[in-house]
Amino acid sequence: MSDQKRLVILGAGTGGTLAANRLRKKFKEDRLRIDIVDQNNQHVYQPGLLFVPFGLAESDEIVRKRDRQLHKGIHYHQSAIDSVDIEADSVTLENGDTLDYDVLLVATGARLQPEETEGMTGPGWMESVFTFYDMEGATALAAKLDEFESGHVVINVIDMPIKCPVAPLEFAFLADWYFTDKGVRDDVTITYVTPLDGAFTKPTASATLSSLLTDKGIELVTEFNTGEVDGEARKLIGFDGREIDFDIAVVIPLHGGAAYVENSPGLGDELGFIPTDNATLQSQVKPNIFVVGDAADLPASKAGSVTHFEGEVLVENMESFLKGEPIEHSFDGHANCFIETGFSKALLIDFNYENEPVGGHYPGPVGLPLLKESRVNHLGKLMFQSFYWHGLLPGRDIPGIGPDMPTFGKKHPVSG
Amino acid sequence: MPTKTFAGTSVDVNDEGFFEDPTQWTKEMAPEIADEYGVPTPLTDRAWVVIDLMRSEYFDKGTGPTVRKISKLSDVTTKELFVLFPKGPAKLAAMVAGIPKPKGCI
Repeated sequence: MSDQKRLVILGAGTGGTLAANRLRKKFKEDRLRIDIVDQNNQHVYQPGLLFVPFGLAESDEIVRKRDRQLHKGIHYHQSAIDSVDIEADSVTLENGDTLDYDVLLVATGARLQPEETEGMTGPGWMESVFTFYDMEGATALAAKLDEFESGHVVINVIDMPIKCPVAPLEFAFLADWYFTDKGVRDDVTITYVTPLDGAFTKPTASATLSSLLTDKGIELVTEFNTGEVDGEARKLIGFDGREIDFDIAVVIPLHGGAAYVENSPGLGDELGFIPTDNATLQSQVKPNIFVVGDAADLPASKAGSVTHFEGEVLVENMESFLKGEPIEHSFDGHANCFIETGFSKALLIDFNYENEPVGGHYPGPVGLPLLKESRVNHLGKLMFQSFYWHGLLPGRDIPGIGPDMPTFGKKHPVSG
Repeated sequence: MPTKTFAGTSVDVNDEGFFEDPTQWTKEMAPEIADEYGVPTPLTDRAWVVIDLMRSEYFDKGTGPTVRKISKLSDVTTKELFVLFPKGPAKLAAMVAGIPKPKGCI
């Protein structure tokens, strides 16, 4: 027993759960003790939140118990985290327990910070100003949209980085479908307001997505930096003095790292994200700290697909570290996102650190169409939830889908 | 590669006018760059706090900071940043500080 190592995982979401389950399969319990901590026992399938406001998903369909997703032999602790002492290799929980570790995995994701924008959580919050990025907001917005028949819906990304950068666009597309289906689309104006200089960050995809917004009669306002949200007067006020009136504002609040990071000297950057090696997923803070998912400061999308593709590399590298071997496996920043465009269609984008999303097919020439609306992509998006619970979290691989971004089948694969 | 001349010296810039090589920048160029892109001059001490931060962050991290990071890393609030560098503080401050266009988050 003396050579048993101790792994502590902070966060039992997508990254923490899949890493715990994959590592449990690799190491016998007498070689590695795995403890995992989360502040609540509700694991939300976050892509499902997009559908809640439109009555296309209910909370009980997309939430499961965190501990039930973990394999046997993983010790689950339900408590908020107070702090990490990176010098002492020790985690203190808010319930008073202390967990010492040989290796730490930070998987606590990103936190919504609506209170950081002036006025956002003031009068009108959850009445005229909503977010669908958490269950409470998505549910409240569903009730509001249900009774809404005319007026101005504004979708506003406050600033990057945000989780799932395509989700706000998907919301706009689905809103167009929703009000059309209700027969009131002519009485509803939809405006997409972004701090970016286009609909999306990547040029080719941005052009496609901008023209989709135009086709659907959704107005695009770019380079708008929201300084204040006034829910009572119902207007967004930009730092440059511009104002945008709304009846419903669907805001994507600022994001930061988990709260305990600020309380843990040396662990995070000024936004609470953990400085992390882009390729190895080892932190730049200390060699025995690894990071997965949204908690890392990687130049990749904060998205479940990225976390999924990171999983394999992460687990190989953590295994090497635990065995005292060199860390060799390398993550390429691969992201793969279905973008729901309404009317039972979706498009798919696939990219990594070096290559922007282009057209073609995924994962090879006979595959799903890329950067093009299709029904099969919509079905792919719907089917993914089942794979998430039964394949991704338990740590099963999908045949034919590896972590590295494929270039075969793409129209203009650009080498990095 | 396009070039521009500031303070009598030719420098390499990209299509949007961002410096390609931050080591070509000198303090004397800053007011001229500011004039060209509509940044209020003379540059105040507060503007210089931001310019110095842009450069130190660039050399430390490989990219200029975002608006949020500037306000977290200094005592310059976002509101003040929009007064010092109207319209797009992260881009304009990078321009005046002679560093490449900050990598947007994705």
